[in-house]
Amino acid sequence: MKHATLEALRGLRAAKTPIALATHLASGAQALVGYETAEGDLHLDAGALDAVRQALRDDRGRTIETGQGAVFVNVYNPPRRLVVVGAVHIAQPLVPMAAIAGYQVVVIDPRHGFATDARFPQVTLDTDWPDEAMERVKPDVRTAVVTLTHDPKLDDPALAVALRSPAFYIGALGSRKTHAARVARLKELGFGDNAIGRIDAPVGLDIGAVSPAEIAIAILGKITQTLHAGPAAA
Amino acid sequence: MNEPDILDQVHDWRADGRGVALATVVVTWGSSPRPVGSQLAVDEAGGFVGSVSGGCIEGAVVREALDCIEDGKPRLLDFGITNEQAWDVGLACGGKVQVFVERVE
Repeated sequence: MKHATLEALRGLRAAKTPIALATHLASGAQALVGYETAEGDLHLDAGALDAVRQALRDDRGRTIETGQGAVFVNVYNPPRRLVVVGAVHIAQPLVPMAAIAGYQVVVIDPRHGFATDARFPQVTLDTDWPDEAMERVKPDVRTAVVTLTHDPKLDDPALAVALRSPAFYIGALGSRKTHAARVARLKELGFGDNAIGRIDAPVGLDIGAVSPAEIAIAILGKITQTLHAGPAAA
Repeated sequence: MNEPDILDQVHDWRADGRGVALATVVVTWGSSPRPVGSQLAVDEAGGFVGSVSGGCIEGAVVREALDCIEDGKPRLLDFGITNEQAWDVGLACGGKVQVFVERVE
């Protein structure tokens, strides 16, 4: 790997630009390939570039066959994101667990008493109203959203934005009864069964979780399961 | 808490004037503990960060990486890990992996 390639790769990654490193396995020649760009001493034809960009979209590295021989594609996408709505007790273990699992975490809660740096050190806190904060976050196919406030005034606007987004996971804390009421409210907002069916509720894997940390494990477990079970879009 | 970032470690070692090789898992078959794209960085003294397996092949990869730092030639290494061998080193991964090793200039 050329020094310039290493430094370009680190710079693109720091700028959160999705980038693939294509390596010709026989010679070691390399190219940095983005959705619109391709640079380096490895020159790929249009078909090979398409295959590299598909790996980037799939978020999965792979070896592709080209006219020049085997080329390995390693994918450097920005971190997956987790949006936590509700700076509640469950969020306190969930945030560091998700960070260890590689997620960039945003906590949204307009209640200043909850969303404090002391309760959530080293995490992005957004104290705007959830729909405004969520519009700014713009959940994409590599984003998971979980609502934890138990308060429809806060959870529902966040869920509405999430359901209009391609987020790969949407979860909402609350009992079956709470969720039934939520479903009725979301229907009034015009969401159909398919959209509402995307919501994981009761939230998380059914592992008998009781404590906040255990519930956080159940949620992160379900997010992980959804990520790897779903179409290779995440 | 998080594992050290491989590319940042490579950068730091190079800035320090050390020879460095980067090993990357390019193909896996069967049950393999580390997915495609997993990386191991090795410096000229044999220090390393990251992983390309559950620990069964790191020793061999580091040896090849040291040779690669010397001669600069990229290498494609095949490891078929039989269950028996794996058991010997305490890891019953039983998979196969292909690892690309390159020197970082």
